[in-house]
This record gives sequence, C-alpha cells and structure tokens, in this order.
Amino acid sequence: MGAWYWWMIIGMAVVTYLPRAIPLTFLEGRELPPAIQNVLRNIPYAVLGALIFPAIFFVQENVWFGIIGATAAFGIAFTGANVMTVVLGSIAVLAVYSVWFL
Amino acid sequence: MDDRGFVSGIKAGTSIAVGYFPIALTFGLLAKTTGLSLLEATAMSIFVYAGAAQYISLSLIAAGVSPLLIVLNTFVVNIRHFLMTASLNEKMQPEKKWVKALYAFGVTDESFSVLATQKGGKLRTSFGIGVIVIAYGSWVIFTAVGHLIGANLPHFLQAAMSIALYAMFVGLLVPSMRGNRKVVSLALIAALINSFFYFTGWLTTGWAILVSTLASAIFIEIISSKGRRT
Repeated sequence: MGAWYWWMIIGMAVVTYLPRAIPLTFLEGRELPPAIQNVLRNIPYAVLGALIFPAIFFVQENVWFGIIGATAAFGIAFTGANVMTVVLGSIAVLAVYSVWFL
Repeated sequence: MDDRGFVSGIKAGTSIAVGYFPIALTFGLLAKTTGLSLLEATAMSIFVYAGAAQYISLSLIAAGVSPLLIVLNTFVVNIRHFLMTASLNEKMQPEKKWVKALYAFGVTDESFSVLATQKGGKLRTSFGIGVIVIAYGSWVIFTAVGHLIGANLPHFLQAAMSIALYAMFVGLLVPSMRGNRKVVSLALIAALINSFFYFTGWLTTGWAILVSTLASAIFIEIISSKGRRT
C-alpha cells in the first residue's frame, strides 16, 4: 500500500472517533427529556438485534454455516453461558461441522 | 452508584477480550491476504478500532474502491456509535469532559453492550476504563498475531472463526432477553427491519443498522409509554 493508505487510516480514525466522542462530551450535564432517555435505554437491545440479523447467516458462502452457527450461538447462550463460552463454543461447533460434513 | 472500579472493569471486559481474540485474528489474516503489511494492519486496529468497519474496508480495498469512499463508508457504518455514546452518557458517572473524550475512543458495540447492560446504578469511570483497556489491548495484539500466524491456521478453523463476531453479539443479547419481553421485542423488530433493508437493498449496511435500531427503539418506547398511561 502507498501513502494513500495512511491518509485513509487518518480519515477512518477521525470519522470513527467523532460519533463516539461528541455525545459523551456535549450531552454531559444536560438533562434530556424522559422520552428520549427511554429511547436511548432501548438502543442497546435494538442495535444487537440489527447487528446479528441477517448478517449472522452470511458469514460464509455456504448458508448452512450461518444457520448452524446461529443455532449453536443461541443454544449455548440460552443455557446461561457467558459471552466467552458462547463465542468459543460456536467456533467449536462449526469447526466440527466443517471437518465432518464438508 | 455502582462502586466497582478498574479491576472489576478488567474482569467484566475479559469476556470481550476473549471474544475479540478470534475476530482480531481473522482480521489480521484477511489484512495479510488483502496485501497490507503487519504495520499497516496493526495501525488500522490501533487508530480506527472498529471491527465491522475494518472488515468492510478490507473488502473495499481489495475491490479497488477509492480511499475517500472507504472513509465515507466507515463514517456511515460507525454513525451507530452516536446512539450508543448518547445512551452510555445516561449510564456513566458524571466526569470531566477531557476524561470522557479520552475513553470515548474505546466505545465499541461490545464494550458499550457490556457497560450498558450492567445491572444497578451509574458506573464509575474507572470501571469503564477497565473494560475498555482490556478489550482494546486484545484487539490490537491479536490483529498483529493474526497477521503473523493467520495463514498457517487450517482452513476449516479460519472458516469456523468467521462466526465469532456474531456469536459475541448473541452472547451479549441473550442474558438480557430471558424473561424480558421488552428486550425480545426490541431485538426482534430491529432484526426484522434490518433484514428487510438487507434483502431489498434499499439502504447500505451502515444506514440500515442505524435506521432499524432507531425505529425499533422509538416504536417500543411509544408502545410502552401508552401502557404506562392506561
């Protein structure tokens, strides 16, 4: 990569940092209306739903990979396992799947 | 206020660090196949530190897309952090502006989810910094490790590791879903709207996530505020 790559990194760094920093520094000390506070409290769960679906099904060209991976992740998570176990467990299930069935 | 400090933050962030391990490793590996040097790949993780955007930028670099467009795309994919840090502001203890500007850099989907879903009152800054430091360290170190050793990993393992990012999101969401219909509805509605945009191609990924998140969060707030009034 040439010099353009480093300019691109700087650009990416700036546009990634601004949406992170502006609300945290400018909203401090200002009381938001209760309705907006409630919407903000809803956001973590909504954003996770949107980040997971439908992308989880398309991690590989073979869609079964995504379906099995998603089933494994939700299955393990519903047993009450922590995040670490869910991630490593899903990888293990898919590794077994691709060794045995592909 | 919650009284846990830096060390408890490190502990709470360990699950992110372990979850980042395969994701960063895969990023390092893909960066190498895209033609980035070890320094270039690691620098992106050090300065940008945004998993989804970094993955997307690799495929755009490989496709020969102009750097300016890649920067613009990065912005669109990461606008969602605007919602998260606005939401996080409600959860963190009041703090000096420069301190918040500093730890704002470490707010990712995962560190945000871990912080925002902590039970109890406002979180101390030191707890937040603990979560962020260990997650960031893991991301940077394993990007470099992935670039160094990635290509030697067996192919089946590389493929299996592509689920890691999403499995982590699932692991963050499910504990809050159990026995909470509101959380289930929030996630489900956002998932449906986002899938709609995906399959129709009406919005690019970044905008689709932003719009579906907002739509779901506002819709559920309207429904539940009606429920409170009656």
